[in-house]
Amino acid sequence: MNARVRTREHPGYWAFVVHRISGILLVLFLPFHFWALGQALTGAARLDEFLHWTAHPLAKVAEWGLVVLLAAHFTGGVRLLVLEFLPWREWQRALLATATVVTAGVGLLFLVDVL
Amino acid sequence: MSVRTETLLWLAQRLSAMLLGVFVLVHLVTILYAMHGGLTAQEILSRTQGNIGWAIFYVLFVLAIAVHAPIGLRNVLTEWLHVRGRAADVLLTTLAVILSVWGLRAVWAVFAQ
Amino acid sequence: MSDTPMIQVRVWRGTEEGELRAYEVPRRPSQTVLDVVTYIQRELDETLSYRFACRVGMCGSCAMNVNGVARWTCRTHVDKVLGGAKGPLELAPLRNMPVVKDLVCDMRGFFDKWAKARGYFEPTATRRDDFARVSPESKQRRLAEAGIECIGCGVCYASCDVVTWRPDYLGPAALNRAWTLVNDPRDGAQRARLQAVAGDGGCHACHTHVSCTERCPKGIAPTASIAGLKRATAMAALKGDV
Repeated sequence: MNARVRTREHPGYWAFVVHRISGILLVLFLPFHFWALGQALTGAARLDEFLHWTAHPLAKVAEWGLVVLLAAHFTGGVRLLVLEFLPWREWQRALLATATVVTAGVGLLFLVDVL
Repeated sequence: MSVRTETLLWLAQRLSAMLLGVFVLVHLVTILYAMHGGLTAQEILSRTQGNIGWAIFYVLFVLAIAVHAPIGLRNVLTEWLHVRGRAADVLLTTLAVILSVWGLRAVWAVFAQ
Repeated sequence: MSDTPMIQVRVWRGTEEGELRAYEVPRRPSQTVLDVVTYIQRELDETLSYRFACRVGMCGSCAMNVNGVARWTCRTHVDKVLGGAKGPLELAPLRNMPVVKDLVCDMRGFFDKWAKARGYFEPTATRRDDFARVSPESKQRRLAEAGIECIGCGVCYASCDVVTWRPDYLGPAALNRAWTLVNDPRDGAQRARLQAVAGDGGCHACHTHVSCTERCPKGIAPTASIAGLKRATAMAALKGDV
């Protein structure tokens, strides 16, 4: 059927998409993160070699991306925990706006601070 | 999988989420603070090696992730990839094991003396 | 006739296979989408199949997909959907349910899930017992009241993406009704009901998209009811009751 679907055009659905995609990307990244840190087992030199590689601008952008993903997933998660565990109140619907602002804030902080 | 198990999985994921909420905040602040000064491997390792307190923190962090992530992915597998039942359970348990083993290895690498 | 403003309408014709067929309908003041459908069937194409009953927003029979979202056509003014535009006004049957013909969908699965969720009252009193005393101010009664006005129109179910992705998901309407009964102290099937609504096909599959609450024409929040079920089933599972 080719009739349009517009039911998804509202904040609650976008919040879900951001939360799920950020979760998937984070879980894809994590094994790599653990592996890299595990390199320190072979001594500081190997870790240094790796850290050197992370000084590359592209790595910096990736790092920033990861921090934003983490902040987004975290704030979205807090919104979910509030909606699921606290009694239903109208202000909870505005949580998404709060989550977005906090995520943007963290992203900005990281950007300014580290780059 | 019984309804009871599915319910307890949901609960484990939410409880691990609450723990991770705290852990992630601490981790993000720590990383931002550490990166503020720039760092070499020598500098990081000199601060972390032998530090029991932080080691315990990161062990708990790794285990919470090993619980939280696979249960979350279970929904993605069911709904978007149409992988269910035994196949999904095997995949996800493997993921949990990989995250635990590599994660604990990383903690050992960074904190053990 | 040439002075009458016209609306461009596209209506789904067929079953699962079919097409959107174009019609031109005269625009009238205070016109509802149900007026439009009625005009098409009476004046333009008598083979069009659609549902309606009360025409006044009480029965929910006229629910269908209007320009991409599920609505009651008798309560949807054309102006609201089109604004000043001439169209297109696109009409299709509700999502997530098999198409019988044109704008009519098969709601049997929807109601079967209602039963599966134990969305029915299990009495415990007999004719010899006195009336039950339920204070309207009590916490439980307020929770039940918040969801009790559901008339089973299917709009929430049609709007839920989890229903689309998981064929066995009970859905917002069935779960909402179950929640009102969980909060009914007269009901005798509490344990069985929590068992029925827990797990992958039940409340735990809800990802809080909140589409159901957005679309409910009666202003009910199934998301809130489902959250309540999540808490109740988790407690029950810990106690061994699920």
